[in-house]
Amino acid sequence: MSISLWRVSYALARRALRNSLRRPQFLAPLVIFPSLFLAVNVGGLHRSTDLPGFPAVHGFLDFQLAAALTQSLLLGGIAQGIAAALEIELGFFDRLAVAPIPRVAIVFGRLGATAVISAFQVAYFLILGLVFGAHVASGPGGALLTLVLGVLAGIGFGAIGQALALRARSAATLQGIFPLVFVILFISTAFFPRRLLESPIDTIARYNPLSYLADGIRNPIIATVDAKPVLEGLLAGGAITLFGVTVAVLALRGRLREA
Amino acid sequence: MRQSARTILALTRRTMNELVRVPTGALPGVLAPTIFMLGLSSVFGKAAELPGFHAPDFRTFIVPVGLIQGAGFTGAAIGVNLARDIEQGWFDRLLVAPVSRPSLLTGIVLSASLRALLPGTFLLCVAFALGVHWPGIDGLLIAYALFMGMAAAMACFAVAVALKFRTQQAAPLMQMGNFIASLFTVSYAPKALLAGWLATVATYNPVTYVLGGVRQGFVSEVTWQETWHAFAAVFGLVFLLSMLAMYGMSRVGVNE
Repeated sequence: MSISLWRVSYALARRALRNSLRRPQFLAPLVIFPSLFLAVNVGGLHRSTDLPGFPAVHGFLDFQLAAALTQSLLLGGIAQGIAAALEIELGFFDRLAVAPIPRVAIVFGRLGATAVISAFQVAYFLILGLVFGAHVASGPGGALLTLVLGVLAGIGFGAIGQALALRARSAATLQGIFPLVFVILFISTAFFPRRLLESPIDTIARYNPLSYLADGIRNPIIATVDAKPVLEGLLAGGAITLFGVTVAVLALRGRLREA
Repeated sequence: MRQSARTILALTRRTMNELVRVPTGALPGVLAPTIFMLGLSSVFGKAAELPGFHAPDFRTFIVPVGLIQGAGFTGAAIGVNLARDIEQGWFDRLLVAPVSRPSLLTGIVLSASLRALLPGTFLLCVAFALGVHWPGIDGLLIAYALFMGMAAAMACFAVAVALKFRTQQAAPLMQMGNFIASLFTVSYAPKALLAGWLATVATYNPVTYVLGGVRQGFVSEVTWQETWHAFAAVFGLVFLLSMLAMYGMSRVGVNE
């Protein structure tokens, strides 16, 4: 990465982060809705750990933390997409497009802000879980692993959000895909172990990268680190990020060609 | 009286026109409860095998939650539309018209009740196609009446929020009210299986009784006791929340 690209990306990341912090009404739903879901899921279905086939866990809260985290990170991706779409609607994107800067920094800058927000999201849910009696079975090292996986996934979702914003150019369209977050989550193992899912969701979940990501985030929380789920999670997170960044950069090029 | 009725009818027709002329705007609200019902029942379906879970299956158990959620989404959508009308100045024009404010509120709330028929009926069609237990005509009619009442109650809440904040950015707050009201109940499991804190919250949450009234025909038989508890709860909610919305209405334009 050239110095110019790095400096511009850093400046745009700081700007995007500051803007996000100034509009807490956009940030709050990222943690409030998943927290409420977490409370209802755990309070309503805490006895699910008694079901035959449910993995040995300290409690259902430990198991559900990964679901809340994944949901929060997905919502974060949409929020970043909405923020990018608003910049297009309000004309800031056009001003960046004519500025003498590496254009790809427009994408990388926002991804930098996304990474920081994702880290906060992971930290928030880990602290929330610990306050309400969850355990991180792998200790501080496991928590760090969860943080790495969460940030990687957050960047990927943020990049996909940006790609959608660059294609749609409308914040309202991005808001409309909100229910899709739940569809994608419901067809994964984020909420329940695969062997306990109903058919055909259990089969679909096998091919959903989000399942591997959620299981990777979950493993250090519910057990001592097992290389397989964590590596699969890293692979899924990396693939989502690579895919997201590629489509975001391609969408940026398309948008600049049309401008 | 006649003038009020015409106002209420006009406002109701305006909301219905929105559905017909901008169907894409209503689509997420129609689909979301069904998505939740399908998703929750596919993911947590095995929970019905827990001892003490008295329902034919988890999908049948969760369908009434989808109906209540659909009513809540509709109520929130009505609030967001009002906030948009306030932002764009349309509501100011209504306020200076020779129309009473209770009529305005009634028109808005009534349209929420009618609009709730769409997500509710869609969800029920999908549910019955998937083999959900038939609640009987009486159970079905009670369910319809109760979720339409819930839509009115949630619309009153959303109107109060819209009048307070006067911006569409308050939409998450409206949704959150719906979310807490509908899910912090016996939504996922019978009370005996809930965690202690949630069982306590559910006991004091009036929506628990509304949900019980909607659910009774699906999971067992309609009883007079559950029915009157549910209707008392929904009437109480509509009364209290309409007072809150009316207070907001009466404050609009004061000291501006």
